[in-house]
Amino acid sequence: MKAVWRDHLPRLEDLARSLGLEWSPVIFEAVPDSFMTEIAVYGLPVRMPHWSFGARYIYQLLQRHMGYSRLFEVVFPGNPGRAYLAASNGLADNTLVAAHVLGHADFSKNNLLFRRSQETGSEHIIEHAASHARQIECDIEAHGFTAVEKVLDAALSLEQYIDLDRGLRRERYEEYLSPAPQAASDDSFRARFATLDGDEKSAIQPRRQRAPLPPHPEKDLLWFIATYAPDMESWERDIFLAVRAESFYFYPVYATQTMNEGWASYWHARLLREADFIPQDTYLDAIKCHSDVVRPVAAEEQIALSVNPYHLGFTLWEEIIKQGGVKAARQIMCEDDDFSFLRNNLTRELATDMGLFRYKKQANGPVKVLAEDIDELRETLLHDKYNFGAPRISVAEVKSDGTLVLEHNSDIDKRGLDIDTARKVLGYVTHVWRRPVVLRTVDAASKPVQVLADPAAA
Amino acid sequence: MSSTSGDSTTVSGWYELFSRGSRDWLRHSEKIREAVRDHLPQIVAESDIINDGSRTVRVPVRMLEHYRFRLRADSEAQGVGQGTAKPGDLLGPANTGKQSGKGTGGTERGGAELLLEFKVDDIIEWMWDELKLPNLQPRIGQSEEAEWKREGWDRRGARSRLDRRRSVKESVKRRALDSSAPAFLDEDLRYRQLTRRRQPALRAAVFFLLDVSASMTESDRQLAKTFFFWVAAGLRREYRSLDIVFVAHTTDAWEFSEADFFKVAGSGGTVASAGLQKVNEIIEERFDSSSCNMYLFYASDGDNAVDDRESARVELERVAKLARYAGYVEISSGLRNSHSETSKLFDAVSALGLPSGRCTIRDANDVATAVRHFFTLESQAASTDALGLAP
Repeated sequence: MKAVWRDHLPRLEDLARSLGLEWSPVIFEAVPDSFMTEIAVYGLPVRMPHWSFGARYIYQLLQRHMGYSRLFEVVFPGNPGRAYLAASNGLADNTLVAAHVLGHADFSKNNLLFRRSQETGSEHIIEHAASHARQIECDIEAHGFTAVEKVLDAALSLEQYIDLDRGLRRERYEEYLSPAPQAASDDSFRARFATLDGDEKSAIQPRRQRAPLPPHPEKDLLWFIATYAPDMESWERDIFLAVRAESFYFYPVYATQTMNEGWASYWHARLLREADFIPQDTYLDAIKCHSDVVRPVAAEEQIALSVNPYHLGFTLWEEIIKQGGVKAARQIMCEDDDFSFLRNNLTRELATDMGLFRYKKQANGPVKVLAEDIDELRETLLHDKYNFGAPRISVAEVKSDGTLVLEHNSDIDKRGLDIDTARKVLGYVTHVWRRPVVLRTVDAASKPVQVLADPAAA
Repeated sequence: MSSTSGDSTTVSGWYELFSRGSRDWLRHSEKIREAVRDHLPQIVAESDIINDGSRTVRVPVRMLEHYRFRLRADSEAQGVGQGTAKPGDLLGPANTGKQSGKGTGGTERGGAELLLEFKVDDIIEWMWDELKLPNLQPRIGQSEEAEWKREGWDRRGARSRLDRRRSVKESVKRRALDSSAPAFLDEDLRYRQLTRRRQPALRAAVFFLLDVSASMTESDRQLAKTFFFWVAAGLRREYRSLDIVFVAHTTDAWEFSEADFFKVAGSGGTVASAGLQKVNEIIEERFDSSSCNMYLFYASDGDNAVDDRESARVELERVAKLARYAGYVEISSGLRNSHSETSKLFDAVSALGLPSGRCTIRDANDVATAVRHFFTLESQAASTDALGLAP
């Protein structure tokens, strides 16, 4: 009776509802492990083909095979949401996982970042992604595999460069500068001058001035290239916009990982604890599974040089609910992302309890544990989370010969880009921009350097 | 929510229909092969393939990286860890734990190495895709070029050559006269016949002449032999009727079998005329220059004895007049003058308008370039030299 966990589901849902959780309906589906791995690698159940996914897939398969990691479930928010469960999960696993999924579904329905992203279309991200994949299959048919792959090389390498604040749907910039504001109208001389007769010609129209492109540093590289590339084919633009739409979907998932996993872990633990209808042995197995998931360090280790987000999030939520109750916690869940969540709630006491420490690692050298400093610790934890963890790069200008100038902002990361990889990425980009592309960054001595890629030279 | 997990076994086939991971992985492997193919010179330089009999080359490759902007690797990285550590503790790298619990998508830069195996035949295929013997002209060859061709039918023959269509026709014809006759008789059977036919043939003989004097170091000889190995392998693939003659010389010259040639080592001075004379002798003895395209490839470090200059020139001219092309590969792994004795010899021959050329191999990466150099020469341009390649 493999499906027995489903019998628990309605009662689990009733219990969750009574505890204040609310969610859109979720479709549960048990899928083979290989499919789970694919979902984890592609980020979506159906996604465009690209060789880089293949490399990650094999890597993950090896990891799974060697037992380093195991995937129980993946949930896609939406209405209805979809939860994919590994077919190899045991009964206890799945009871736990079902409760976990309810936590995620509650989170994605109510968290602001998720809500905003679903309003702009990611409610149907699975269908969108599938139609992108289908469109790309058609492109391959029409334009050949290599041509499509080259566009995907470029688009996916810029995957992280979107601008959340300006949103998914954007208009082109104003082409002309808005005329300078008229001089103050209380200037009596001008007012009188304007009433004078004059011949038509002298009524000089203020010359319209072209706005610089872009009018401000543009963070959304995918949108900018798709919109302003001089000679891009329309199907190429569509590929860029497809990748961009998927990035918008991924952002909330990425930016709330600790909160979201912690929230789901808190609720699966609590739901199981309060579900008296679950048989004792199932409960024990499920709790063991829970402690495996939220344990801080792997069983055979004393110290880990990374933090398990399940553990961190779970501990924080437990503390928040202990202090302020579920209602206060729900408000935090609705309004925060990982940045505010960790900054507001990770106190020094909690960090000490969890045994969090900062360390410094020299290349090939020893790892040194640094002095306690909770502010530094929080920032180090969050450091890789900005902007999908990618260096900040924006479009600075398009020169009159069509050269695209990208600018790396090294003020925050205090480091330059890796020049060789940057050159490779520019190589991808020139293929669609079809004019030279320049990137400004700094070298090891913080001196400005330029990387140039010219399609004519390639 | 209607489906139950119990039907996962029946639907698993459905999910396998996607197998996107494997599909993209295949594409990744294909890309690696393309990338490796672009680095053919390095593979070709794996000279141990000459000696060990294996017909494959193993090349370690890294997973391909799909590049993204990233920060310069910092000499120091900061992070947050978890466990029983006090400020000031030094943790050995052995303590690094692996991320436990549920996996998060693979953002790791592929550290895994793959070992790709290439068939030598495939490499030859790639290398010789567009390569040809220069100046090859069809000439009527000897009878060995005759081919068996299908021609005509007979009532007797091997069962395997039974022509069923013909046989049925015969049966139909016979039964048209007598409808009560049996369907098949032995006399209906028709067999295809073969005859030998002479073909106008492309006959070619290639002379590999190798300097094995003391000045050629072990690695020099290895480079020369690698060059000869790939040329021989490629030529054999292209031409069915091809004689390759292997000659090595110091102050004296000997003809070798192929297997021995690739093992040969020697000592003593360099007298190119001895080797060239040996080549001339073999040509006279065994080949008819009017019916055979002849080629000479000579590998040496260029240190020919100065007093041999005149006689070497005479011998080389003799070969070059008979041959369709005379090529010289200068092995200069050390810092040597590119205007060596031997290269002057070949330049002199080129100056006479005879088809010849030369090319320099400095290290293993030049081997494939050299092969390409000699075998992509346009036939009419073959007489011009190859100075441009090795400044």
